[in-house]
Amino acid sequence: MEFLRFATAGSVDDGKSTLIGRLLYDTKSIFQDQMESIEKTSVQMGNDYTNLALLTDGLRAEREQGITIDVAYRYFATPKRKFIIADTPGHIQYTRNMVTGASTADVALVLVDARHGVVEQSRRHAFLASLLRIPHLVVCVNKMDLIDYDEKAFNEVKEEFRNFAMKLEIPDLTFIPVSALHGDNVVERSSNMPWYEGSPLLHHLEEVHIASDRNHIDARFPVQYVIRPQSDEHHDYRGYAGTVAGGVFKPGDEVMVLPSGFTSTVASIDSYDGPVAEAFGPMAVTIRLTDDIDISRGDMICRPNNQPVSSQDIQAMVCWMSENADLTPRMKLALKHTTRSSRVMITDLHYRIDVNTLHREENPSSLQLNEIGRISLRSTQPLFFDEYRRNRNTGSFILIDEATNATVAAGIIVGSGT
Amino acid sequence: MSITTYELNHLDQLEAEAIHIFREVAAEFERPCLMFSGGKDSIVMLHLAAKAFWPARLPFPVMHVDTGHNFPEVLEFRDKRVEELEARLVVASVQKSIDDGKVVEETGPRASRNRLQTTTLLDAIEEHRFDALFGGARRDEEKARAKERVYSFRDDFGQWDPKNQRPELWNLYNGRIRIGEHIRVFPISNWTELDIWQYIERENVEIPQVYFAHDRQVFSRDGMWLADSEFVTRTEDEKVVTRRVRYRTVGDMSCTGAVESEAATLEQIIEEVSATRITERGATRADDRVSEAAMEDRKKEGYF
Repeated sequence: MEFLRFATAGSVDDGKSTLIGRLLYDTKSIFQDQMESIEKTSVQMGNDYTNLALLTDGLRAEREQGITIDVAYRYFATPKRKFIIADTPGHIQYTRNMVTGASTADVALVLVDARHGVVEQSRRHAFLASLLRIPHLVVCVNKMDLIDYDEKAFNEVKEEFRNFAMKLEIPDLTFIPVSALHGDNVVERSSNMPWYEGSPLLHHLEEVHIASDRNHIDARFPVQYVIRPQSDEHHDYRGYAGTVAGGVFKPGDEVMVLPSGFTSTVASIDSYDGPVAEAFGPMAVTIRLTDDIDISRGDMICRPNNQPVSSQDIQAMVCWMSENADLTPRMKLALKHTTRSSRVMITDLHYRIDVNTLHREENPSSLQLNEIGRISLRSTQPLFFDEYRRNRNTGSFILIDEATNATVAAGIIVGSGT
Repeated sequence: MSITTYELNHLDQLEAEAIHIFREVAAEFERPCLMFSGGKDSIVMLHLAAKAFWPARLPFPVMHVDTGHNFPEVLEFRDKRVEELEARLVVASVQKSIDDGKVVEETGPRASRNRLQTTTLLDAIEEHRFDALFGGARRDEEKARAKERVYSFRDDFGQWDPKNQRPELWNLYNGRIRIGEHIRVFPISNWTELDIWQYIERENVEIPQVYFAHDRQVFSRDGMWLADSEFVTRTEDEKVVTRRVRYRTVGDMSCTGAVESEAATLEQIIEEVSATRITERGATRADDRVSEAAMEDRKKEGYF
């Protein structure tokens, strides 16, 4: 069975919790004791209905304040696929949580209230999905029951959303009219909307084609760990363990190792279960080379005729996540990119982007919590990267505050140079 | 796995993710350690760790926090497995913490050493100066765990602060800590109970017999079957009966309940787990029943 990871974001009001609750409930993924527990708590809290949000809001502070603090992960399966939902809250920490939840998602789910059409939050949501290059965006036009399942109203929302989305890079955009409360077009096809010819949401999630979303072209293998058994049996064994970050590796392939630039040949690809004929992402394997060359963690194995960009000067979009300090030019930070750690300096802050209007504000003095902007940075040692749009694994990085050790930014590589 | 389509099935993906995490921690931390309870999740963890570093031995020791109330079959199994892997075993004993006067044994019919383990664990971390501890917790187990990161950062007191977690992006884990702090690492965060069983079956992983249906002397408490043993005090109403049971989780004998079951093979267990309507902790863990946020409260004190 195949996995599909999808991210949802939004507030309680747009029916997101109800929609997730509906997906879980109708696929029989809520257990009896969980249901009894939230029914009991709902009554205690004086709710008129069973509050499905309690399924995910498990922390004390969340229950007390009726808010969602953090990204929650939920799991369910159908006979066709296994699903991981990254459910992110819609209040203050919206951007930071959405970026976190969306960083690994195959599909982003945007909810739009059919009565209100495209609002600020829908736009923000779509922008972040496109920035993080989630390949598939599904817009659920919810609460269709409250507008008499009107086709015309649905088409208006669709039109409005499309106009905005034209300015974004969204490879696959799908619209589904639903009523999460009544279950229309969530798991079962709705008899209230015979005019809708597409799939219900769950069917779409089961069928959406994600196999081509990974990069199987550019061979990239960041060395993560060097395996040297130092036992009598495997005396001379030296293997480079890691997770394939792009392309395909096979025994016999001619490879190049960065930063040294030495070339060699893949002698074998090893695993506990025996030799591997072909390794591709996201397999975790161990590569042995025919030549004894000095390779350590942070090095990159690639093909001589298809190398990543190697540079100390990087152009990137960053989402700033620190509430303690703002991002400012000249700031020094630690960076982690693939298996490589480095120190960097922010050399330039080009613009800040208004996530609601997509307006660029040139040369701002800083980026604050949850703001997104374009920066240049210089690294103490070269990084081996691809543009994020070509490869999410070799095009992403995080920035770390060296004083507090907090993760303060998510970075998306746009290119090299200052 | 189908080579021609370059797709991995869900078990291969979960395995690859876990191996990646094991290697990342081994590469970035000075003194990691793998927590081993003898339960199915930690058995799978040990199997994954063996895969991650093959053909080398595990580059870290295995630690068991021994409450002294274990299933004897499970202890036997632990020792056998550790020997097969030529791993180093560290046993942190709750009994010793009691003898040293660091904790006080609870008394009465509901006495449990579950809470005491936290002190024993934290002392062992300090003694061995461990900076990263692998645990087999899964996000589908419990709602506080559903919000915990793969790298769960702990302060000098081993405490978890749910409101102050580092964002975890892509597969880029931030492993920077200060001296005295440590992280708990959960490589199988994204696995469900069913995934664990399917993986055990696929990989032919050996597990203790208590997981399979067997006849056992049990008594009923709070709607759970608890094993009659020297470690629990029964009240007068709690009569011992023989039932055909199996365990869905394996922990301290005094608070781990058995479920009635006829599932004697892995295939039958998978069938049973697929059809069950009760979560595994809900069915078998008295320690989670204390309050709505029992797990969260224990985690804040330094529990796994």
